[in-house]
Amino acid sequence: MMENRLRVLRAERNWSQGDLAERLEVSRQSVNAIETGKYDPSLPLAFRIAELFDLSIEQVFVSPSRDTSQTA
Amino acid sequence: MIRNPAAKRYNRRVILLAALYAALLIPAIYGFTHQLVPHWAAYPIAVLPALPIVGIFAAIGRYMVEEQDEYLRMLLVRQTLWASGFALSIATAWGFLEAFDLVGHIDAYYISVLWFGGLGFGACMNKLTVGSAVACA
Repeated sequence: MMENRLRVLRAERNWSQGDLAERLEVSRQSVNAIETGKYDPSLPLAFRIAELFDLSIEQVFVSPSRDTSQTA
Repeated sequence: MIRNPAAKRYNRRVILLAALYAALLIPAIYGFTHQLVPHWAAYPIAVLPALPIVGIFAAIGRYMVEEQDEYLRMLLVRQTLWASGFALSIATAWGFLEAFDLVGHIDAYYISVLWFGGLGFGACMNKLTVGSAVACA
């Protein structure tokens, strides 16, 4: 599963998981699953998430092939 | 939990089909028990209660198509796969036990009952492995 900065980005804006879910038009369960790394979003949803924060996908999600925390 | 439009439509369809199932099954049981069913009508009347059950399978498939939330859709797909594995495994094992005269005969429609039970099993497996589950059936 991919690491991501969703929780941090959400906290910076003082959004609850429900707030983020509403903005992304997904369930709160989805946001929670993505945040906790239990579910990798599809590319279209990953783009929507990144665009919501005005960031690129790589600034939100850590590429599994470059994730040093998983190889250490 | 806020129910999304696809889940609401699914619930409405299932409630309607369950009511239709009862409406078709009760007269069929009464008719066959009291020998009121003419020979020519026996097959259609016997099959009629199966149709709403087939409809529920279709409603689950429709929900899978209509669900816009990809994570919930993934949970539902996993849940139905668990249900299928659960029902088919038990049905296959029972079939061999029955073939070797080790257990009594069970009507084939119980495979559907097992499958619906398997949805509950699938929801538990989703909860255990992914941490959340969708309500279905």
